Amino acid sequence: MASANPLVWWRGFLALPNDSTAKTVGVALLVALVCSLVVSATAVTLRPLQDANRQADKVARMLGMLEILGAGVPEMRLVDLASGADVDRDPGTSTELPVDRDRAGLGSRENVATVFELREEGALRLVVLPVRGTGYQSTLKGYLALKADLNTVAALTFYEQDETPGMGARIEEDAWQALWPGRQVADADGVIRIGVVKGAGTGVHEVDGISGATRTGTGVTNLLRFWLGPDGYGPYLDRLKSEAGR
Amino acid sequence: MSDRTRTLVDPILVANPVTLQVLGICSALAVTTSLATALVMSAALIFVLTLSNGLISLIRNHVPRSIRLIVQITIIASLVIVVDQMLQAYMFAMSKRLSVFVGLIVTNCIVLARAEGFAMKNPPGASLLDGLGNGLGYALILVTVGIVRELFGAGTLLGVTILPAAADGGWFTPLGLMALPPSAFFLLGLLVWAIRTIRPEQAEPAPGEQGGEVPR
Repeated sequence: MASANPLVWWRGFLALPNDSTAKTVGVALLVALVCSLVVSATAVTLRPLQDANRQADKVARMLGMLEILGAGVPEMRLVDLASGADVDRDPGTSTELPVDRDRAGLGSRENVATVFELREEGALRLVVLPVRGTGYQSTLKGYLALKADLNTVAALTFYEQDETPGMGARIEEDAWQALWPGRQVADADGVIRIGVVKGAGTGVHEVDGISGATRTGTGVTNLLRFWLGPDGYGPYLDRLKSEAGR
Repeated sequence: MSDRTRTLVDPILVANPVTLQVLGICSALAVTTSLATALVMSAALIFVLTLSNGLISLIRNHVPRSIRLIVQITIIASLVIVVDQMLQAYMFAMSKRLSVFVGLIVTNCIVLARAEGFAMKNPPGASLLDGLGNGLGYALILVTVGIVRELFGAGTLLGVTILPAAADGGWFTPLGLMALPPSAFFLLGLLVWAIRTIRPEQAEPAPGEQGGEVPR
């Protein structure tokens, strides 16, 4: 007999035989409810702290990269990706990418990007570009630093990824990132050739792949080619090149 | 020793879950390259194991047999997520070094073995002690292996130089093997050998001997 008193109802529930359907469903629901409450409460309470940690880590990565390059503090610029021109403010808008041009697997990309330029007496010495793209099972986020010729890699570092530990995740290791400085982005005809190859890289455009992480390597190749190409920083880099040529 | 003390102390020395039952050795290989990671991993496992044992014991009389493993794993997994989130919030660098291995506590055989083997049959107080004891037993092995691997693999302990490395002007050449997972297997093997030499009753009887399992 159902009772209005919840305590009586609760006692009745506990008194049910353990293997009855009602108790099985009831226990399953209760355990799931309590556990999900605990997990969500923890996740929501701790999110601000975790975000702050990630942000600090990202900044530390970039400073670490600049320190290795012996470079000073760069200047932050907002760049309109379509035209390559400097702008004053980020409207926060984005452009959807058609599937055939979306090689980094982004879906859409922002219209205004934040880049970092390091100049010495007006002459460009280094440009640092934030890059990101889809790897094997996560989004890879990193910084690509190019030397003044805008064709030689000064450094590549990844600060956020969730690839398979011991395999794809090794893109975060210093030993692998050390393979990048000196690689050439494009060949003499201006075709972007930089990328990760299976096994040992040979030419000036190639970097050794990590065994067991072919798809992470392909992801890195794709994201670099996307961001250095016409839908990424291409127009901006062209502008910098023409400025340097003047 | 009282029963209570025995519940707590036995799994640390006499019936250590790692060396006697050879459970939970996967993480023992992965996170023992340094003492710091071994300590944090041990703390995380002790937290999960103690609480999961206690909680499962609390509801043990009301868990339907047909879904008992699911209920146990749900509770264990929730605790593991809580620990993982806390590490990401308060020990970010450490959580990056431990990567997935904190999350993999869910699959650590010790946790489910204690839930199913002890907490489902014993009251919460004893289950808490059993969880703590087994967690400490796991920690003892992890820390021992961690100390040996960090000391001989890098010449440091908790990042403090003990044996100055030759590369920095000292005399010690770090053993590269210690930085690799197989060294943890060798060290675990040596530990099991040492413990079973002191306590011969822990050794499994050879096949065919009396009480031994006949291979099928």
